[in-house]
Amino acid sequence: MSPDVSAPVAIAVESLDAYYGATRVVRDITFGVQTGQVTAMIGPSGCGKSTLLRCLNRMHETQPNARVEGEVRLEGVDIYAPNVSAIGVRRHIGMVFQRPTPFPTMSIRDNVAAGLKTLPRSERPGKSETNDIVERALRRTALWDEVKDRLNASAVAMSGGQQQRLCIARALATSPKVILLDEPTASLDPISTQRVEELVYELRSEVTVIIVTHNMQQAARMSDHTLFMLAGDMVEYAPTSQMFTAPKDTRTEAYITGRFG
Amino acid sequence: MTAATPAVRQAKRGATPRSYRDMLAASTARTIRRRQTVSYVMVGLTCLAALIATLPLLFILTRLIQEGASSVSLNFFTKMPKPTGETGGGMANAIVGTGIIIFIASSIGLPVGIGAGLYLAEQRGGRLANIVRFLSDVLNGLPSIVLGIFGWQVLVRPFKHFSALSGGVALAAMMIPLVTRATEEMIRLVPVSMREAALALGYPRWRTSLSVILRTALPGIVTGALMAVARIAGETAPLIFTAFGNPFWSVSPTKPIAALPMQIYTYALSPYDDWHAQAWAGALVLIGLVLAISVAARAATRSRFGLGGD
Repeated sequence: MSPDVSAPVAIAVESLDAYYGATRVVRDITFGVQTGQVTAMIGPSGCGKSTLLRCLNRMHETQPNARVEGEVRLEGVDIYAPNVSAIGVRRHIGMVFQRPTPFPTMSIRDNVAAGLKTLPRSERPGKSETNDIVERALRRTALWDEVKDRLNASAVAMSGGQQQRLCIARALATSPKVILLDEPTASLDPISTQRVEELVYELRSEVTVIIVTHNMQQAARMSDHTLFMLAGDMVEYAPTSQMFTAPKDTRTEAYITGRFG
Repeated sequence: MTAATPAVRQAKRGATPRSYRDMLAASTARTIRRRQTVSYVMVGLTCLAALIATLPLLFILTRLIQEGASSVSLNFFTKMPKPTGETGGGMANAIVGTGIIIFIASSIGLPVGIGAGLYLAEQRGGRLANIVRFLSDVLNGLPSIVLGIFGWQVLVRPFKHFSALSGGVALAAMMIPLVTRATEEMIRLVPVSMREAALALGYPRWRTSLSVILRTALPGIVTGALMAVARIAGETAPLIFTAFGNPFWSVSPTKPIAALPMQIYTYALSPYDDWHAQAWAGALVLIGLVLAISVAARAATRSRFGLGGD
């Protein structure tokens, strides 16, 4: 179901079902996300797009009574295989949430380096290497010039937009292959939103990005492919330009033109 | 609020209204007046209740300062108790003894309490968690003298002598429910999003709990711990059967030890006036200690990082 079958696939989802207790909230979804592209997931509230996103880095199972069936392959390896650890998966697939969550007890530098601290000892970078990684991550999120003089200051003394960019830098520091963004600009002002959108679009050269958004215009602005979900089902998955100009499914067209949402 | 139309003004003056509209306006004005009066009365009553609530503390403090301030001197903190009639005695052994007992109680009570609080906050509604929480509340409500008897049964009777250790254990049993509840509540205040952010970075669950959640809640937990320490600093009943008191200098955990509350009790019941004066001084110092700990607890929440009490 991937738009361009010849392109390399970063994440391949096959017959994915997600349950909360006995309720199936994600129904039999199959698609492939291409490497180095931004894929947006859109759909009305409660359609299961956030749940689907959380299944991709094994965060769904952290909730009580949550269950996943099906396969999710990261570069060919099924992340739900019995011998694969969830923690290892999450180091390779980063996630940024709707509300910025800098760790309040850590400085800006320690926040960005937080993901590095849990690496196994053999892989953990030394102090100067950590500082380099922190600087690189902050430069990529356009925060370096703003915070380079106060890296030891508390991370909560920043604006919402800066905090969200910090969270993105934190996710980037571990060099993940894929980054998942769950409505990252929903709680930001328009200017910060624009900055985050630009930065996410630029990231695609290094990481594959999957972004859930309830804002269709945002999906149209910044994604290469879009996936439309409705009540747990995947309705359509197409290149963004095509989906927004000539959607194949009538339900997609109804949603995009605002007939429901 | 009704506009001050002529009818309302007329009604407020008490004059006889003329039309139906005038009657309505008049009754509205009466209602408003009555409601305002009730409001003022209730505000007055609650203020009065608040003032009465502070009175016991104010009475105690003024009386203590009156009676005890004259006897609090350097000698009080540095010298040992002397027989009645001799001047220059102090309660050095009791002050140090209280410190040692608090230290022993905290070494047991704090790790157990914080660990239990962490467990309860993580498990929330699990079966074991509910049982533990309930039992903790029951333990909290036990009379302190019952805890003293428990300490006697377990740590005094088998060894055939009183000890500071048994006193510390009895007080630890008092501390645990307080620290547990404070820890659980502070950890619950940490938003779920913080835990999820840590998990999404690849933090294992134990590391999320310790490095992120516990660390964030730490100022509040420290406050709770200090309040628990302040509470047990003044407890006497559990120590009567366990630490027993000691007129001599002793810092050994396996021997009976003096403690400020018990020394006050002994001196206050004695027939000697100079010992009475010492008892007042001891009470003043004890209150000072509790106050100092409480102030430290408030200061600890003004941390630059993390969540805490207000």
